Amino acid sequence: MAKATFVVPELTQYTEVPAVTPGAMAHSLPFVAKPEFQGALGFPGELVDDWQAKAIDKMGDLLGKYRSLRVYMDACVKCGACTDKCHYFLGTGDPKNMPVGRQDLMRKVYRRYFTLAGRFFPTLVGAEDFTKEVLDDWYSYFHQCSQCRRCSVFCPYGIDTAEISMAAREIMDSIGVGQKYCNEIIAKVYKIGNNLGLPGPALVDTLEGLEEDVFDDTGVKVRFPIDEEGAEILLVTPSADFFAEPHVDGLIGYAKVFHEAGVSWTMSSHASEAANFGMFIGSYENMRRVSQRIREAAIKLKVKRIVFGECGHAWRVAYSFLNTLAGPWDFLDPRYPVPQHICEFTHDLIQRGKLTFDKSENVDKVLTYHDSCNVARASRMGDVPGGQFDIPRDIIRAVCNHFYDMDEDTIRDRTFCCGGGGGLLTDDLMELRVKGAKPRLDALNNVMQEKGVTHMAAICAICKTQFSKVLPYYGMEMDQIISLHQLVGDAIVLTPGPDDDAEDDDRDDADDPNEE
Amino acid sequence: MAFLTNFYVFLFYFAALVLVTGLVFKIAQYTMTPAPLKIPTTPAPTTTRGVVLRMTREVVLFESLFRGNKWTWIFGWMFHFGLLLVTLRHLRYFMEPVWFPIQLVQPFGIYGGMAMIVGLGGLWARRFLVDRVRYISSPSDHLILALLVLIGCTGLLMKFVFHTDVVEIKAFFLGLYTYEIQPLPADPLLLLHLFLVALLMIVFPYSKLLHAPGLFFSPTRNQADNPREVRHIAPWAKQLEQK
Repeated sequence: MAKATFVVPELTQYTEVPAVTPGAMAHSLPFVAKPEFQGALGFPGELVDDWQAKAIDKMGDLLGKYRSLRVYMDACVKCGACTDKCHYFLGTGDPKNMPVGRQDLMRKVYRRYFTLAGRFFPTLVGAEDFTKEVLDDWYSYFHQCSQCRRCSVFCPYGIDTAEISMAAREIMDSIGVGQKYCNEIIAKVYKIGNNLGLPGPALVDTLEGLEEDVFDDTGVKVRFPIDEEGAEILLVTPSADFFAEPHVDGLIGYAKVFHEAGVSWTMSSHASEAANFGMFIGSYENMRRVSQRIREAAIKLKVKRIVFGECGHAWRVAYSFLNTLAGPWDFLDPRYPVPQHICEFTHDLIQRGKLTFDKSENVDKVLTYHDSCNVARASRMGDVPGGQFDIPRDIIRAVCNHFYDMDEDTIRDRTFCCGGGGGLLTDDLMELRVKGAKPRLDALNNVMQEKGVTHMAAICAICKTQFSKVLPYYGMEMDQIISLHQLVGDAIVLTPGPDDDAEDDDRDDADDPNEE
Repeated sequence: MAFLTNFYVFLFYFAALVLVTGLVFKIAQYTMTPAPLKIPTTPAPTTTRGVVLRMTREVVLFESLFRGNKWTWIFGWMFHFGLLLVTLRHLRYFMEPVWFPIQLVQPFGIYGGMAMIVGLGGLWARRFLVDRVRYISSPSDHLILALLVLIGCTGLLMKFVFHTDVVEIKAFFLGLYTYEIQPLPADPLLLLHLFLVALLMIVFPYSKLLHAPGLFFSPTRNQADNPREVRHIAPWAKQLEQK
């Protein structure tokens, strides 16, 4: 059981809006990035001397590059519609966790240096100098935003706090104040190829182990190929899928789906990571550099299609930004969208009747589904808007008998973030993560009580990791969160290959690897 | 009297200049700042036509605000719709002959004025009664509400209690078009009303009133959801590709 050094909130039937409690989370600070990792990303190692002037310059630079930032700094009328929408505010009561409260940390600096009103009448319009205290507030509270965009749904002008916290992190990085978790991970991607720092040989080893496990389990040889040139599909998936429960069960599910589809596919040790933490720190250059690995891998392996595994913000970068950052994709098969989500791939096969399921394999589970924030509000699946909500639910219904949605106000585009997104999935922010999960877990608890729900499926590596960690704080079990493709993989009826009977003998020979 | 009239002539030329140049500058700035990434809040329309519909619902019905907070929506929408009717009613001071639709809207403009005051009252009350909204309100938020309420009240008072010579007012404003100075009635309420309106015009491009043009430029609302079909790239990002 997890031990908390803070008070874990009580779950309530419906999430209540807390009273404003200034400073409730002012102590929350993630570790600062070490100089070596800052350097790898092209940022100064530590706080530069004339940081104030440099930060203002950088803000001016970003205001000229991002229309979102420019418009959102001006447009807010302080109507308050967003004030009760952020899960971190609902979990902590800290007013600087209200979306507008968070935006105002930057807006007051913007007004002071970039508007006439703020230059001449600072107190009147709430403008402030960019002091060290303000910078400290920035570091604390712009690392209490998971960039989930729930606020932007309800804002009459569509102001997206994610855009502002990304810009703030970019400004802080540019003056040498980086966050350890994000920047160390990006440095690892550059050096090794993925967030977890798993080197190529370890991947090959893991995948061989999975092939054996699945064979022992099912008697069917399901392949987990890596770096196979000429495969039709390149699968890019979060490295968590190679590593731990419940993620790895999702990877097994994808492999079984590819097996049944009868297409050749491969993963890549060069692009062995779907996630792109460049987005979290708002750095276009880093986001682009991380994305380019996927282009390089696709060219090198001569694939025709790209499919992404279950990962929320990775799917945002893939669906919304990959064409911009690493396109054009004119060398791939034009009959398929680039990239595709594994759920789109599986759903299409189900629609065409290519997959057979034995739902009784999942009969012990009563399911609900967590819409991951970045999938829900920053991407799409399929041809029609809202496909990102319907396709995963259709898949769950095809493989399970019992499915219940959570409260309407907490699903689809009104879904609550898991509490660990946006570069906050680190132990130094545990209190924030636990408290920020409350609104989601209120709704989950509700369907557990009323409908007997036992498990929650998700399609995001961050959500899965976060829930495994925070569920026990609320007296729930860590294995109640599962991969959507685990359900698929458990229920799918596999077709034995031609050589599956005599398999045991030549299986060891087949070990000879694809490493070069 | 001549001094007052001259002062108001100058004031309105000045206010109009500030409003127009300020807004043109801001709109040009918004137009020229690229949106480097596709960031519509999804589910979003996939076509330009769909985007126009979405934007129309936002502008006319305040769709997102409706989903966000019903009280703010009802008061906010009352105020804005009231203000629209009032503005239409006032157009009769600026044209001769008066267009037929403007003649039709005249009685509704009065109800609009009342709705405007009620809406503003509700919005202002929230700034005191709701702790979250109280926390985010700065003095300028209260001042702008005060300014609008005062404009509305002085207007309604002139309509119902202390009448003023509307024929002379019309002559004054029509005269501004041709640089012919016509005397303005020296009623204190009228002078206050006009002074506050000019003030509103002057602060418009330098305040949160920029939400009006801003909405049309908000990438989360005005982008079509088609990133896989169409490659979207900003000029400054294109340069990174040539390196």
